[in-house]
Amino acid sequence: MNALVPLPVLLPLCATGLSLAIGTRLARFQRVISVAVLSAVLGLSVVLMIVSDREGPLSVHLGDFAPPLGITLVADRLSGLMLTVSSAVTLAVLVYSLGQGMADRDKETPVAVFHPAYLILVAGVSCTFLAGDLVNLYVGFEIMLVASFVLLTLGGTGPRIRAGSTYVIISLFSSMLFLTAIAMTYAATGTVNFAQLAVRLPELPLGVQTLIQAMLLTVFAIKAAVFPLAAWLPDSYPTAPAPVTAVFAGLLTKVGIYCMLRTETLLFPGNRLGDLLMAAALASMVVGILGAVAQTDLKRLLSFTLISHIGYMVFGIGLATRDAYGGAIFYVAHHITVQTTLFLVAGLMERRGGTNELTRLGGLAKAAPLLAVLFFVPAMNLAGIPPLSGFIGKLGLMRAGVADGGVWAWILVAGATVTSLLTLYVMAKVWNLAFWRAEPPDQAAFGTVLESADESEDDVDTGPDRIPGTGDERVSGAPGPAGRAVAATLHGQAVTTTTRPPGAMTAATAGAVAFGLAFTVLAGPLAAYTDRSAAELIARTPYVEEVLGR
Amino acid sequence: MTVSVSLLATAVVLCAVGGILMLTRPLTRILLGAVIAGNGINLLVLCATGSAGAAPLLYGVPLRRVTDPLPQAIALTALVITLATTAFLLAMAYRSHQLTGTDEVHDDLEDRRIVLRAEVLGEWAELREEYRTESGRTPEERARYRQERHRLRARLRADRALQARGRDAGGDLWHDVLGADPEDYPGDAGPGTHGQDPDRGAAR
Repeated sequence: MNALVPLPVLLPLCATGLSLAIGTRLARFQRVISVAVLSAVLGLSVVLMIVSDREGPLSVHLGDFAPPLGITLVADRLSGLMLTVSSAVTLAVLVYSLGQGMADRDKETPVAVFHPAYLILVAGVSCTFLAGDLVNLYVGFEIMLVASFVLLTLGGTGPRIRAGSTYVIISLFSSMLFLTAIAMTYAATGTVNFAQLAVRLPELPLGVQTLIQAMLLTVFAIKAAVFPLAAWLPDSYPTAPAPVTAVFAGLLTKVGIYCMLRTETLLFPGNRLGDLLMAAALASMVVGILGAVAQTDLKRLLSFTLISHIGYMVFGIGLATRDAYGGAIFYVAHHITVQTTLFLVAGLMERRGGTNELTRLGGLAKAAPLLAVLFFVPAMNLAGIPPLSGFIGKLGLMRAGVADGGVWAWILVAGATVTSLLTLYVMAKVWNLAFWRAEPPDQAAFGTVLESADESEDDVDTGPDRIPGTGDERVSGAPGPAGRAVAATLHGQAVTTTTRPPGAMTAATAGAVAFGLAFTVLAGPLAAYTDRSAAELIARTPYVEEVLGR
Repeated sequence: MTVSVSLLATAVVLCAVGGILMLTRPLTRILLGAVIAGNGINLLVLCATGSAGAAPLLYGVPLRRVTDPLPQAIALTALVITLATTAFLLAMAYRSHQLTGTDEVHDDLEDRRIVLRAEVLGEWAELREEYRTESGRTPEERARYRQERHRLRARLRADRALQARGRDAGGDLWHDVLGADPEDYPGDAGPGTHGQDPDRGAAR
């Protein structure tokens, strides 16, 4: 069984090579490879989750070096769950983007990097979830980040380059900080292996321990977008293509949360920086949701709710009891799915309504009832309306907070309640503006196709007096009303159609919604599972014993 | 563990230089900063080896005196990663230059809107104050007040329109989103003028 552990990393990487070699010549084959590999990874992840739950953590020492020396990959309950949820979500997003790509005729575009970059992203995410040492974690992060740079700036249009530069610089900086932390850890302990660090770190002087812990937490907080370090997120995510934003919002921030969970439990038990984490959690929740309240751009609004809900997971990590960890893990799984789904729905809304601007959307409930349902369910799930899984996750965290009984815990419980209510307000606002109210007069009629296929490429030399978006571009369909937003799609060309969205997109979104609902239906077994993984995290011995060999 | 001070001092200087360069606006400088700081941090990683030992060769060297090879492996990995990121940043700087004639990193749209709003509201309040304190309100003054208020509103609206337009298409957007239209700048608009008066053109 242990031989299965490296496969979630290896399969996507091999598929990337194949995909690059094929290029655009056999675009259909490229798609088949991507879907097949991601499905295989999903299957593997489920197997890993079940086996690691039954038999304890699984580990592989690559190259068969003795444990503390070589690269170790470990799958325990937490990794198994994260892998399963992430691969399910990435598969849904892939299907969605395939639907979008086919609808937008991307066969003609020379860009062949989407599939390879996406597969590398998946490999990087799997690598971080399975990493058994700090350096491998760093490498996993970097794989993921470089792929995300490519995906974020797909097409190389102006806004994407602008947003991408912020993102790249921030990521670069956090990587440097991470490397410094690794150097310090190695200088202090002489190892980077998690299991050995778990044994050696407690022997260090308290100051050194706290310094290393604070540095690692800062790095992960940048990745996870915890409040004082989150300003980059709402600026850089929304300009990317809808599926890319969806997978980033769902996964990349949660990778940071996963690393926090892993290091806080395994390397730094005792929760010395708990109060600090809880303060950051409170600030994230409140500031994030207030930011969302102020927004009228749907994708930006969702980005702010993302920051806000990261606060819930950090709250669980800051509390550091078994219930709190269990609640946080449950919340991570729930939130990956829900946030991704909401961004996918936002992409569909952009296609149908022609814009992301809530002030210009309207009447979608009547125009697209299925879309309305697809939005409504995850929106209520995010806000935490019972009996949906958002409610269960929040309830678990708040119960842990009340059980803890400290001052900070009570403040956080209050903050979490307020945030939940404000989330409901924000989601109701979106619902009212985009779906419920009457259609605005300038809404394009059903079936209008607004396109400017060669808008983005090579028009640098057009004069400064050319005004984009007002009909001066080469429009191949019926021209839209002046000033109408045109959604930028996968390859950066500007395409908006208000025709029926492709079946694959709707199906993928519906699948993601159903997956989110599965958390509600299976909440009992899932909560039991997260509780067991929290217990395993706190016990620490199964992990250490598995890696170092009893 | 003993650490060579010269290595450490070099690392500190490199990190400081790189850090300062990374705080600047142009992407190429940030890139240089990242490369320099990256080298500094790689030196730090090498510092984790402790005192220098013999080369880690298989034969002829007593195993106890061999340098720890792991930090070297880590530094090598980091170097390769920095190389890839540098290449990507270079490409991005070039693309940015291609699109806009400059490779500066621009402000967050949201920030810009908030700043503009605060500015306009401040002017508004000033105007109202001025109008109130004046005793004799002639019809001309009233008209002027109304006109001014109208101008401020128009400015806000124009800016919103600019942003909406910016989102409209995926092409040559830099000026439309982040600066005023280029023709609104007096004379030859250099890259430096973008950050300072992005909305003056829109107000007119």
